[in-house]
Amino acid sequence: MKKTDTNYSRRSFLKVSSLSGGGFMLGISWFATAKPEASLEALQMEATWQELTSYIKITPDNAVKIFCPNPEFGQNVMTSMPMLIAEELDVDWKSLEVEQAPFNTALFNRQFTGGSQSIRSAWKILRTAGASARQMILTAASEAWAVPVTELTTSLGKVMHAASGKSVTYGSFATAATKLPVPKGIELKGNSSFRLLGTPQKNVEGAKIVHGKSLFTMDYRESGMLIAMTERPPAFGMRLKSFDAIEAKKMPGIVDIFPIQVYEPTQKLAMFDTRSFNEVIAVVGKTTWEVMNARKKLKAVWEVSPETKELGMNNRDTIVPAGLESTKQHQAEMLAKGKLPGRIERKDGDPDKAFAEAKFVLERTYTAPFLAHNIMEPTSTFAHVKGDKVRFVAPIQGPDFIASTIATRLGIPKENIEINLARMGGGFGRRAYGHYMVEAALISKQANAPVKLIYKREDDVSGGIYRPTYTLTYRAAFDENKQLTAFHAKGGGVPESPLHANRFPAGAIDNYLAESWSIPTNITIGAFRGPRSNFNAAAEQSFLDEVAEYMGKDPIAFRLDLLQRAKSNPVGKINDYDASHYMGVLELVREKSGWGKPEHANKKRGVSAYFCHNSYAAQVIDLQVKDRQVRVDQVTSAIDCGVVVNPEGAKNMAEGAAIDGIGNALFGQLTIVDGRTEQTNFDSYRMIRHAEAPKKIEVHFVKSEVDPTGLGEPPFPPIFGAVANALYKATGKRFYDQPFGPKI
Amino acid sequence: MIKKFSLKINKKVQNVQVDENMPLLWVLRDVLEMPGTKYGCGVGSCGACTVHLNGQAVRSCQLPVSALAGQEITTIEGLAAKGDHPVQKAWLDVDVAQCGYCQSGQIMSAAALLKNNPNPTEEDIENYMTGNICRCGTYTRIKKAIQLAASK
Ligand code: FES
Ligand code: FES
Repeated sequence: MKKTDTNYSRRSFLKVSSLSGGGFMLGISWFATAKPEASLEALQMEATWQELTSYIKITPDNAVKIFCPNPEFGQNVMTSMPMLIAEELDVDWKSLEVEQAPFNTALFNRQFTGGSQSIRSAWKILRTAGASARQMILTAASEAWAVPVTELTTSLGKVMHAASGKSVTYGSFATAATKLPVPKGIELKGNSSFRLLGTPQKNVEGAKIVHGKSLFTMDYRESGMLIAMTERPPAFGMRLKSFDAIEAKKMPGIVDIFPIQVYEPTQKLAMFDTRSFNEVIAVVGKTTWEVMNARKKLKAVWEVSPETKELGMNNRDTIVPAGLESTKQHQAEMLAKGKLPGRIERKDGDPDKAFAEAKFVLERTYTAPFLAHNIMEPTSTFAHVKGDKVRFVAPIQGPDFIASTIATRLGIPKENIEINLARMGGGFGRRAYGHYMVEAALISKQANAPVKLIYKREDDVSGGIYRPTYTLTYRAAFDENKQLTAFHAKGGGVPESPLHANRFPAGAIDNYLAESWSIPTNITIGAFRGPRSNFNAAAEQSFLDEVAEYMGKDPIAFRLDLLQRAKSNPVGKINDYDASHYMGVLELVREKSGWGKPEHANKKRGVSAYFCHNSYAAQVIDLQVKDRQVRVDQVTSAIDCGVVVNPEGAKNMAEGAAIDGIGNALFGQLTIVDGRTEQTNFDSYRMIRHAEAPKKIEVHFVKSEVDPTGLGEPPFPPIFGAVANALYKATGKRFYDQPFGPKI
Repeated sequence: MIKKFSLKINKKVQNVQVDENMPLLWVLRDVLEMPGTKYGCGVGSCGACTVHLNGQAVRSCQLPVSALAGQEITTIEGLAAKGDHPVQKAWLDVDVAQCGYCQSGQIMSAAALLKNNPNPTEEDIENYMTGNICRCGTYTRIKKAIQLAASK
């Protein structure tokens, strides 16, 4: 991690224009080198990947408005991104207005929320925009007052001239500034001169939220709008054979019932085009309740679907196997496959020899189930198709991807697609897959009306796009002095391997082997907060705990020893992480939690640390187990995510990640019998609740001068390992299979 | 069967003509255009749809409209005339929300809790609020906000 590690595209641009009625508007658009089809790694994408767009508007009466480019799903970008602009623009944060920018293919591309990358990739461009706008206002003032620009200063939305004592608002120069060229080579503030960045600021939509204002797609309505739902196969591996809607159509409030095909069989699917079922029955009516009731009267016949071939971009076709799958069968298959040699992902030294010569080998296998996203706001989309145009209000993490798909499916130009980005009631990866927008558009087209498509909670839980189920087997070899001589990780899953072969402890051990395998499935899977890392961290950090114990070492000291080795004399050429930053969070969490101090001797604590999405997080958890119930007393987190833009929002998100992780580690699971999910709603899918949340959470950020690196995901994966390690202290039992709760 | 109902919501009489089994949640959201009360599960398991019925917190997804004649219903929109209920203020002070979707329900539950029990212990809060899920994990902040509102 270098100090100024920002890929600042040369093709970025700022465009100035005037507002009707006078005033200034600076449009910000950044074309980056996008490779949307590149790989599933995209959710952990590099900074060069996305494009950001935003606006700054200043009216003659000095109303300043900043448009947030990226979709908001609770990660607080609507606060933190405008802060970047406001800092350099030098306006009063309290008096400016923030709004969500719409997605508009004519103006921009690739607005994306995911991979913890919003702030990282906006860091320079949004500040440059703010600084450029300020410079143009200054220039306009210097021309109006006929004084050199160097004699002018600004403060909170005012231009000042010390010699004459003049002080006038930006708004007075807003119209004149639109006539000026956008300055080049603008200089940004040094981190030490930040006035706003690094100060805690509250959620800009906080007041609307506590007053129950209409913010979400679920809340959206307009006149003539109908409500739609879809009836889908009751199990993965099934499809529609036929249906009879005569009775259902007679139900009160029902307007129409018809089948839709989400994608055409000949359509090449892009990576975010995943959908659970391709053919579903749309039920359209006046109110949600009426549509729900009519669904019950539908007589649909479903059949087991044969093996199908899904056409992918760049000739990446996928075979979707036939059959009604079950969790038990997955577990047995994973166990068997894990015993066979896998695909070698990395090999350092001579692991075979080291294992053959070992005095002792510690081997452990870890598993985790499918997880449903359970976004709090169920899936919904408003769509209105009119001729060859379509207008959406939608909760979508990556509007650009789905816009291309919609254009193909509807056979309309991409420019004819308007997407208004609604605040999302959670995302966690689920809303990267916008098939529901295609569905809503198809329904609107057929019904010839504006339509809001709603999924019932049951639809969301039982027909989701899940976190895959995984298995990882670790082996560690020791010599006669109990020194670690070799390390072997073999991981796989349905349908992908969780392994990150070049992450810690790769680079710290001379003899190292990483292997992968996978099992195809017809259960749909996708990105889930910290994809793959969310399991890797759990397994690896539990195993390292056991290794440290065998070696008679303190778990933090043991990790620091390994990292010291990776720092001073790394093994192999490609190691994804920076050992010093890793050590930094471990040292900070050791200090802040008072690790090893006699006053904490009776506490049942576990530690864990992980690197993902360019950031480092370490956590210590203190818990108790009584009557097989877990009480979490405290979580202490140490995080290195570079400069922290908004400590208030950042803390909130890190607290949430800890709670989310504890919940999933203890309770989260989606199990399948004959293609059907056993959990269908919150009465059967066990979510963490108030009493189970930690009594206290402390979040500490490493003080850093490094450009922001990302925060939405990094504090989530390690907590799983910390829970497992603390449970061992509390119960004397090691926990290998998630969720741990039922096994305590 | 479709029938006429006269409801008292946020101190105002509202006449609706709907299916007698329609839950209050959908009467509010789809018929009266009051979207503050949220749909989360429809089975009484998440608390997103919490409203007050005669001052008590109830799950509006479980209340058929036919059962509500003459009763006082309060939604998030009517919790305080100026939107400045101590719980709402505390929520802003503590900066509770992440995505925000669960928060109307959390606030309605918290307001009912404090009405019945102005000085709740930590355990009281945890127990009372257990029916309200927050997927984003704002539980510790919610507790802090309730304690703050109680202290005012
Ligand atoms: S929507 Fe009523 S409790 Fe979940
Ligand atoms: S704030 Fe997102 S569910 Fe509670």
